Amino acid sequence: MTMTLGQQIVTILMVILGTVLTRFLPFFLFPPNKPTPKFIQYLGTVLPSAVLGMLVIYCLKDINLLAGNHGIPELIAIAVVVGLHLWKRQMLLSIAGGTITYMILVQRIF
Amino acid sequence: MINQKEVIQNAFKAAFPVTVPIMAGFTFLGLAYGIYMNVSGFSFLYPMLMSLTIFAGSAEFVTVSWLLGPFAPLKALLLTLMINARHLFYGLSMLEKYNIPGLKKYYLIFGMCDESFSINCTADIPVGVDKSWYMFFVTLLNHLYWVAGATMGGLFGSLIHFNTQGLEFVMTALFVVLFLEQWMKEKHHGSSLLGLGLSVLCLTLFRGANFIIPSMCLILGALALLQKPLEKVGGLQ
Repeated sequence: MTMTLGQQIVTILMVILGTVLTRFLPFFLFPPNKPTPKFIQYLGTVLPSAVLGMLVIYCLKDINLLAGNHGIPELIAIAVVVGLHLWKRQMLLSIAGGTITYMILVQRIF
Repeated sequence: MINQKEVIQNAFKAAFPVTVPIMAGFTFLGLAYGIYMNVSGFSFLYPMLMSLTIFAGSAEFVTVSWLLGPFAPLKALLLTLMINARHLFYGLSMLEKYNIPGLKKYYLIFGMCDESFSINCTADIPVGVDKSWYMFFVTLLNHLYWVAGATMGGLFGSLIHFNTQGLEFVMTALFVVLFLEQWMKEKHHGSSLLGLGLSVLCLTLFRGANFIIPSMCLILGALALLQKPLEKVGGLQ
């Protein structure tokens, strides 16, 4: 290890600072005691759906469609999650069913 | 009137079941992170304290490589801001929900990882359950799972041998389910489709995690352009 303990602590503090900044900034900029701009209020209502969509894609960011298993296990397992959820609408069942399907696919088949 | 203790207990009972998938996911990912630090030559104290104080999985994983490289604090700060830029959108989405009295608010914002955000954002909190305690327990339990996993990985990392390949999919499954829940609740799907579509577009243009910031810019631009029509068809409420 090339860094001293002090340098390691500073590096970790920087990561903490960066994370805390991204989490607190919106609350800092738009405090409850001041009227929030209309556009920001609008964003507050439409962003959650868009962000959840982005998060789903974020989980799939390391898939390579052109090589390896072409993301087929992920697509099948997501189809199982969606199918189970539309059928029973029980969060744990959908998640467990999809995850077990995925594990079987990547361990046994692909 | 119900007393404070009962309010807290009820909130815990309502919040715990929702966090069970995250218990599975975070224990596993936390273990993976702890093992990674362990084999990189760090004591278990590192994953334990870093998971406690940073509480942002992807940033913690890359910090390991920064700790092994030359001392570059500014680079660490700037890259963390980029990796975690998506939290800005979480904050904008939670301005109202997290606007609660007391110190809990600050902990909720500190602990706003992907999982705590998405659960608290989509949660249908049962009538009679205190919202602020419910969101507090979701965040706290997630935090505990993550620290426990990372610490165990750091301590016993090299001793664990069972086939967990593919278990990480539990997080993808969680987000798919939360996306579906949101989809079923909303009156129109404009924003959901924009989020999915523009992210896919950016992922094909920019490889891997690099797609996040361009996606955020495009989503913001599209939502700004479509403000009139989207407001016309009505939001969620």
